[in-house]
Amino acid sequence: MQNDFCLSQLLVHFPATSLMLRTLPSAKRIFMPAKNWLRDAWKTLGWRSCLQISLFVACYNDLLFPQTGKAVVAVLERLGHTVEFREAQTCCGQMHYNSGYQPDALAMMRRFLNVFEDAEAICVPSASCVAMMRDHYPKMAAASGDTKLKNQVDDVLPRVFEFSELLVDRLGVTDVGAFYPHTVTLHTSCHSLRSLHAAGKAETLLEHVRGLTLIDLPQSEECCGFGGTFAVKNPEVSAAMLGDKMQCILSTGAKVCTAGDNSCLMHIGGGLSLQGTGVRTVHLAEILAASDSGEAL
Amino acid sequence: MSIRVGKAAQAAAFPDAAKPLLNNFQIRRNVRHATEVIRNKRANVVGEMPDWEALRDAGHAIKQHTLLHLDTYLQQFEEACTRAGGIVHWATDADEASRIIVELIRSKGEHEVIKVKTMTSDEIQLNPSLEAAGITPYETDLADLIVQLGNDQPSHIVVPALHRNKAEIRELFLREMKLDQLGDTAEDLAAAARAYLREKFLRVRTAVSGANFLVAETGSVCVVESEGNGRMCLTLPETLITIAGIEKVIPTFRDLEVFLQLLPRSATGERMNPYNSIWTGVTPGDGPQSFHVILLDNGRTNVLADDESRDTLDCIRCGACLNVCPVYRQTGGHAYGSIYAGPIGAIVTPQLLGMEHSQSLPYASSLCGACYEVCPVKINIPEILIHLRGKVVHNGDAPLEERMAMKVASLALGSSARFSVAQKLVRIGQLPFQSDGKLSGIPGMLAAWTASRDLNAVPAESFREWWAKRKKGQPA
Amino acid sequence: MTSAREQILTRIRSAIPTGERPAARDVHNAVARQYSRVGQLQREPLLELFEERLRDYEAGVYRCSEGEIARTIATVLAARAKNGLVIPSSVPRSWLSPNLSFLADDGLCYSALDKVPGVLTGCSAAVALSGTVILVHTPEDGRRALTLIPDYHLCVVFADQVSETLPEALGKLQDQAAMPITTISGPSATSDIEMTRVKGVHGPRVLDVILVI
Repeated sequence: MQNDFCLSQLLVHFPATSLMLRTLPSAKRIFMPAKNWLRDAWKTLGWRSCLQISLFVACYNDLLFPQTGKAVVAVLERLGHTVEFREAQTCCGQMHYNSGYQPDALAMMRRFLNVFEDAEAICVPSASCVAMMRDHYPKMAAASGDTKLKNQVDDVLPRVFEFSELLVDRLGVTDVGAFYPHTVTLHTSCHSLRSLHAAGKAETLLEHVRGLTLIDLPQSEECCGFGGTFAVKNPEVSAAMLGDKMQCILSTGAKVCTAGDNSCLMHIGGGLSLQGTGVRTVHLAEILAASDSGEAL
Repeated sequence: MSIRVGKAAQAAAFPDAAKPLLNNFQIRRNVRHATEVIRNKRANVVGEMPDWEALRDAGHAIKQHTLLHLDTYLQQFEEACTRAGGIVHWATDADEASRIIVELIRSKGEHEVIKVKTMTSDEIQLNPSLEAAGITPYETDLADLIVQLGNDQPSHIVVPALHRNKAEIRELFLREMKLDQLGDTAEDLAAAARAYLREKFLRVRTAVSGANFLVAETGSVCVVESEGNGRMCLTLPETLITIAGIEKVIPTFRDLEVFLQLLPRSATGERMNPYNSIWTGVTPGDGPQSFHVILLDNGRTNVLADDESRDTLDCIRCGACLNVCPVYRQTGGHAYGSIYAGPIGAIVTPQLLGMEHSQSLPYASSLCGACYEVCPVKINIPEILIHLRGKVVHNGDAPLEERMAMKVASLALGSSARFSVAQKLVRIGQLPFQSDGKLSGIPGMLAAWTASRDLNAVPAESFREWWAKRKKGQPA
Repeated sequence: MTSAREQILTRIRSAIPTGERPAARDVHNAVARQYSRVGQLQREPLLELFEERLRDYEAGVYRCSEGEIARTIATVLAARAKNGLVIPSSVPRSWLSPNLSFLADDGLCYSALDKVPGVLTGCSAAVALSGTVILVHTPEDGRRALTLIPDYHLCVVFADQVSETLPEALGKLQDQAAMPITTISGPSATSDIEMTRVKGVHGPRVLDVILVI
């Protein structure tokens, strides 16, 4: 385990400070900038700064793809940061929001904001969840008429990062020390492409993985056909779109298809598996977590 | 009030309409080819424009502004057009509009009318009304002619006959135009259409057109076209009847500089389409001496009233959204059961008709956002789709199974304790369906999933369970 | 029984917030227009661009000086194997070579127009970026049918009529905005048959432009 001295951690976990933060919200407004200043000063002095990164694993990853969460933890710890998991978290509300159950989504948004209100940096290994927050939370808060909620959104959102964004933008890292000697093609999810404009980041990270051969995916901007409830409400059209996407993936000859979203990968991987293609889907985080053994966790 | 959007009220739900089309080789090939051609051309001519985003912003702003002052601009248009010798009519719905048009034609003693492409006339189902009144309409747009002769439905906003191939068109022409012989190249077919229609252009005395833009400042109408049949219909007959949705109005003549740059590049991937015709009222010695404009509501004021989806009325009917839509690409336009297909169709049709029809259309999208990226007037179609889905649910029209599943999910996700319990329950619940690490035979909505995808069993330990264990095992 | 007009206007007014609306004109004037409204090209590159775009859709383009217009018209007509054209009244006598026959349009019927070898006009404005020629149909410059029915159109464009962008061209026409106006960007075309672009459906199938420097 890394032994770096984390000033920010010390300050945050010091009981008196915690108590003060909980009882005097205004104190936080003084404390946070001061803490950040201290941390930056520390950094300037040459000490490695490390972040306390709060993981929002995403409800479906929690249940269906725990290995992705584990991989995120492994990568961030390897880079010398501390990861916390706030167990009160559940879901960002996207499925309900997109399907027309907006009031339910509002409740989930409130929960998310309350749970992560004072987190330093929130890491989300799911571009679609981040898109939900950036594209819709502000409008939902405004429509609710609740000023406190709106302020919460404005306060928390800048600290939310999709996993590749956290690495490249927030931590300034493109080489995470991974080793993954396989041929890989990258599917850029619609949210990653059009909401987050993050297409290039995953690519950069993969290019720095030792042993990895990255093959361009043809027609990469085309939707895979998952679309949440779309896949079950329009199953035939979804399958037709999946067919096109699989054709493109197979044409690359890659052994592995990766993405920053397990929602797309569940759909694509399910198709590749049913067809017996031998091509696997692996989340970006799991590739980045792979080290000497060459296998994803 | 009889609001109509073509035959949308009787159409099958999207998933059902899509199924047979997915297996239609010709449609799939034609749709793919057509959308790819236009999409690539569009990308090229848009890529040339360093001020494209500024044009989109201006187009959006002008349209939004106009809708918020729609009463002012419509009245300004009416005044200016009337001063220039035009006659302006207002029609609340499809029936009223058809009635007015039939009466106008009857009053001239005419039994034939040539038509320029106008989706608005399809929307109100004008042709059947004309025919019932003993008036023969001749479509003069090549694609609309093909659709008419084939007794068919359009499948795309800009290239309505893309579902037809050359051989079919040739057969149609031979039969319906009563030709003895006909070559089989595109040039031969176009030449046949030219000859067939030219005779009508020079003879028929009444025309019906739509309008791309109504200019409030001057009372002018603008029609955007490629073939020249528009110019023919707008210029040669004695009587011209133009039908236009109320959302077609723009404030000033100069505003055309924005839309005439946005529309051709988006619709056909050209820097400028071959012909634009702008005219105002009646000009002595030039063109029709009797000019009527019908301003049509037919549900548009309903859309206007919903400020979360009002932007639907910004649409300038370019079809760019159809060309990039990954769903449209699979099915073509007939799956949408409406003359307005693709992403814009998915939001226009249910709103004009009212949500009790066309409810499946807001769900005919994976929300990928490609449409929003290319819309020249920046209509946030995905957001409006989500809003319309909210309306379906709010009206109590979502399927019971879905509502229950969402409710259960909402409860489960309402607290971490419940979520943890739910995770355990799912793992237990999947046991009867589990074999070899995969799930199969699941009833209900999820059955559709496993029809084309393997579904892995839910892992034995969730992330939070692993984390909790890890935390306990950490050194003190 | 309220008229449809009243019904629709009432519905509009209840659909939008009309309470304390600022004047439409003021809001409209405030719309941000950051798109290009003034061209950047110098004269020669501008004219070259115009020519290039015309040739893109296979219009014939001929350059000449003001004194050579009649001669150039004759050259172009010879190349097209035509010996005359129909003209509107504003075409100057000086453009007309004596050994060609020019017919004045004084209310010719459609079938007569259908038989002429072609039409000769000037123009009101042109746009280099898209190779567009704009005609304002004053009675002197020619009614619309004149440039529609004949199969061939020869258009004389003066260099100073050419703007780089559409906004500039439309700006020049503001005073004539209520006249009939036609913008022409190449001969007519359709892609409705299997997306194969076919030129020349209705309207003149051949367009030639004489660019007077």
